[in-house]
Amino acid sequence: MSELTPDLVRHLASLARIQVTDAEVDRFAEQLSLIVESVATVNSAVAGDVPATSHPIPMANVFREDLVEPSLTQEQALSGAADSDQGRFRVAAILDEE
Amino acid sequence: MSELVKKNASELVELLQSGEITSVELTHAFLDRIEKLNPVLNSYLHVNAKEALATAVEVDRKRAAGEKLPMLAGLPIAVKDNLTTTDAPTTAGSKILEGWIPQYDATVVKLLREEMMPILGKTNLDEFAMGSSTEFSAYGPSKNPWDTGRIPGGSGGGSSSAVAGFLAPVAIGSDTGGSIRFPAAVTGTVGTKPTYGAVSRYGLIALASSLDQIGPVSRNVLDAALLSDVISGYDKHDSTSLPESLGSMAEAAKSGSLKGVRVGVIKELNGEGFQPGVKARFNESLELMVKAGAEIVEVSCPSFEYAIAAYYLILPAEASSNLAKFDSVRFGMRVTPEGNPTIERVMAATREAGFGPEVKRRIILGTYALSSGYYDAYYGSAQKVRTLIQRDFDAAFEKADVLVSPTAPTTAFKFGEKLEDPLAMYLNDIATIPANLAGTPGMSIPNGLATEDDLPSGIQLLAPAREDKRLYAIGAALEALHEAVWGKRMIDFAPEVKAGA
Repeated sequence: MSELTPDLVRHLASLARIQVTDAEVDRFAEQLSLIVESVATVNSAVAGDVPATSHPIPMANVFREDLVEPSLTQEQALSGAADSDQGRFRVAAILDEE
Repeated sequence: MSELVKKNASELVELLQSGEITSVELTHAFLDRIEKLNPVLNSYLHVNAKEALATAVEVDRKRAAGEKLPMLAGLPIAVKDNLTTTDAPTTAGSKILEGWIPQYDATVVKLLREEMMPILGKTNLDEFAMGSSTEFSAYGPSKNPWDTGRIPGGSGGGSSSAVAGFLAPVAIGSDTGGSIRFPAAVTGTVGTKPTYGAVSRYGLIALASSLDQIGPVSRNVLDAALLSDVISGYDKHDSTSLPESLGSMAEAAKSGSLKGVRVGVIKELNGEGFQPGVKARFNESLELMVKAGAEIVEVSCPSFEYAIAAYYLILPAEASSNLAKFDSVRFGMRVTPEGNPTIERVMAATREAGFGPEVKRRIILGTYALSSGYYDAYYGSAQKVRTLIQRDFDAAFEKADVLVSPTAPTTAFKFGEKLEDPLAMYLNDIATIPANLAGTPGMSIPNGLATEDDLPSGIQLLAPAREDKRLYAIGAALEALHEAVWGKRMIDFAPEVKAGA
């Protein structure tokens, strides 16, 4: 079973968009390696052909009536945003200048 | 202290209905106690005094005018802070949502408002409900009213300490792996996780969508039943909501009996690694049930051994996806680093500052479990374990009407004891997790004090999916047997919480 090296933790954190300090990387690498070793036992639990359960109470084709209902106003939708401009969410540059 | 706050919710409802007390009087009694003891217990993150009293005034006015009122009208309640409320901040115990006022009420909150229950405030939890002790709340831990040096359980430790400390008669919790039942066990209260889909999750800040379920927190089985009847039911805003009614839990609680009931003891959760006092009380309860006409059968659920492992793959996987929405754009915190950063760097800096250690651990773990190359081995296998656990339950319920186990391996532990050892923390939920994986209902009720530390232990009852009524019927019957033996309610053994100096 592969170990969670500090480099892998750094990579995963970057995929998850979490900036991490070196101290965090080391601590998480140690703790997560132990956790992964423990959860990897699921592999030995399953022998033969067992279907996967993604949802505890299976349901199919869950639809509601196709009716227009009130929704949030633009003002309400923007009320929790850190920044907005002309009725839109305002964010930092999407692309790097380089 | 006002003795009113110590009464069961069902008694308070009768007093309100007969006009012996007003809702304003009752709401004030709880608000006074909150003012005095919340600085010690930290059960509430936000107290909604003005709004609660406004509801109480309205109830009293309507009652005085002879208008017909809902069953629980005027009974105050506390709500876990991961349910959205338009009149109070909703933080989920995280810095990333500090000060956020949602623009819509959770369906459960809407139902409480329709029932005209004054909402006292929002209760503390481990950040995004990730934890078993409230030590991962960004706003400090809640304290156990039985011993303020110990944890009140988690994640719903705010609700459990509020109800056990008489800072609310009842509360709302959410249970993803035991977050209602574990806190109930360690605070001498009743905690119920309904069948998945019985209560709408709309407006519950999602942790793991296929495991989360909202349920009642109370001091008594009938109180839980009364609250369950208010919050349950189909909701078109939740696509996993069960279309059919599961019946009246209050009626079930009132008609409980153990005569002829087949009680299944789960071999794999029958004591190994459990604290001796917890185990001793559990065995005594089995004897009590036999004397009341129940039959004990042993059942085996071999796949339960893998439940924690499967849970700590499925939960982080779902959580890492659910928590991607906290991106600094639409709501919550934004941290902008120096220079002229791109949005990617803003997101990463915001999530670094806004999330605590357990949330980061689980997001990183979930990201790993869902990575290509690992997906089949981890997430795929965990989903198969889920099927095996459901099959174990099905086989067990062929032989038994309900299953029982101690709710938790130990009584309340001390703050700091497991904080740096995630695996030890995860073991608290060993008995509660299988029900979340299978979608089946579970209830923890007080089960006496462990001799070695005089702290509460709990017994867990488990029923098949949609058979929640069995929990209430059998839970109420066992509770009555206990109270006959003890001569009082378990919560009456709790020492009085001392106000801060």
